[in-house]
Amino acid sequence: MINITEVLETNKMILEENLDVRTITMGISLLDCADASLKTTCDNIYAKLTTYAKDLVKTGDEIGREFGVPVVNKRISITPAAIVGSACCKKPSDFVKIAKTLDRAAKKVGVNFIGGYSAIVSKGMTKADELLIRSIPEAMAVTERICSSVNVGSTKTGINMDAVRLMGDIIKAAAERTKDRDSIGCAKIVVLCNAPDDNPFMAGAFHGVSEADAIINVGVSGPGVVNHVLKSIRGADFETLCETIKKTAFKITRVGQLVAQEASARLGVPFGIIDLSLAPTPAIGDSVADILKEIGLEHPGAPGTTAALALLNDQVKKGGVMASSYVGGLSGAFIPVSEDQGMIDAVNAGALTIEKLEAMTCVCSVGLDMIAIPGDTPATSIAGIIADEAAIGMINQKTTAVRIIPVAGKTVGDTVEFGGLLGYAPVMKVSKFSCADMISRKGRIPAPIHSFKN
Amino acid sequence: MKKAIITVVGKDVVGIIAKTSAYLAKNNINILDISQTVVQEYFNMMMIVDITSCRKSFEDVAAGLGELGQAMGLKIRCQKSEIFEKMHRV
Repeated sequence: MINITEVLETNKMILEENLDVRTITMGISLLDCADASLKTTCDNIYAKLTTYAKDLVKTGDEIGREFGVPVVNKRISITPAAIVGSACCKKPSDFVKIAKTLDRAAKKVGVNFIGGYSAIVSKGMTKADELLIRSIPEAMAVTERICSSVNVGSTKTGINMDAVRLMGDIIKAAAERTKDRDSIGCAKIVVLCNAPDDNPFMAGAFHGVSEADAIINVGVSGPGVVNHVLKSIRGADFETLCETIKKTAFKITRVGQLVAQEASARLGVPFGIIDLSLAPTPAIGDSVADILKEIGLEHPGAPGTTAALALLNDQVKKGGVMASSYVGGLSGAFIPVSEDQGMIDAVNAGALTIEKLEAMTCVCSVGLDMIAIPGDTPATSIAGIIADEAAIGMINQKTTAVRIIPVAGKTVGDTVEFGGLLGYAPVMKVSKFSCADMISRKGRIPAPIHSFKN
Repeated sequence: MKKAIITVVGKDVVGIIAKTSAYLAKNNINILDISQTVVQEYFNMMMIVDITSCRKSFEDVAAGLGELGQAMGLKIRCQKSEIFEKMHRV
């Protein structure tokens, strides 16, 4: 039988160390909503979302109260909208109508985000894919709760450099379109390589075409718990360090597994996956950077950071895999800048640069995330940053992503306030050297060879 | 059997167990096990209870216990037992 020490340990994690279930995300296929008429498509989408997800928020909150663990976000991911709208959307503004429909549905069911305003263009773009991508700046400006993602490459297909170049322009346009709000439109746009079909986390969540009609995916969190337990073994050897992280990840993930199975049973929707993640928030003590410091770095960005992060990420997976029947999504430690107070401190101290963050993305989930850069950064440089991340993902067979905000009117030294879970960020320096001639080349980078791994 | 775990944390005062168990008896909740420790003057108690025959909803019981705790200056939480079993047992 359970004993008092175990009960108190669990409740301490929840009450003092910010243990929570970060998101229950219901993936819903919208393939059967497609119609040649835009109005019918929008009506079908609204009807399906508000039917399937009508009890999602209530159920998530109930589970949270009964088990005494916060279920922070309840969200929806949908079939990439470029596919759903391909028969009826003839211009970018048609896609914006779909975005507004999604936003209305999100507000009706009470979810804080719907992900999947997306296009999967890792090899080539259909006409509809391009129309959706061109609609992103307007769609992000006129909606509140929609997240957009574009998958521009994969290990199997290589990198679609035409899409990369276009995304450089789109991110600049989205920043300009929302310049009165610190270019917040860009905080809801992510460019991915090897995007998973079952990711529950925003902004990159979408319900891939390989998925069932509806599914429940859950993202766990708990950097504060890992950090706290590492404090108790300060100075221990690597074996003890790794074993401790692994055991803690197991415990955190078991809570996610329980919540996922409960949500699945109560909503009558099959359980998909648990995303094994350490997802920080701006709250003090809920920081992945603090774990890196506890491992022994003065600040993230110091020499040794990549090794420390690799170790952390691997142990989280090893512990988490044992705790869950199905694992998927992005699974790993997230290193967003604006959403992690320790990362912000490291940037302000001059310890952390975009280049070091790029190295860190080679060994963790997911990529350059929530990074504010000067508003006058050329679109080609943004495309170059995207291409670099996509190359890391393509070659290393992992998911990588770029969510970067060229804040209109701001420059290095300024701070940008996004609010809520998105936090705030110091504007970071981008290399002033140009890659424009490379980015202006047409076509795609071929898929990589899978042998001679050097 | 549907089990729940009740935890009581706070400054030790007279009547914590009496009042909590009176509330449980009134709601037809059977106490299966009680353990307690005092850490740095703070009272920590855990009860494992059977809620199968309770007529109130789980959320109402949890809210009622929460209010009872507040009246005594304590934190009383009532959680379904699976969260602890899943976390600490393979």
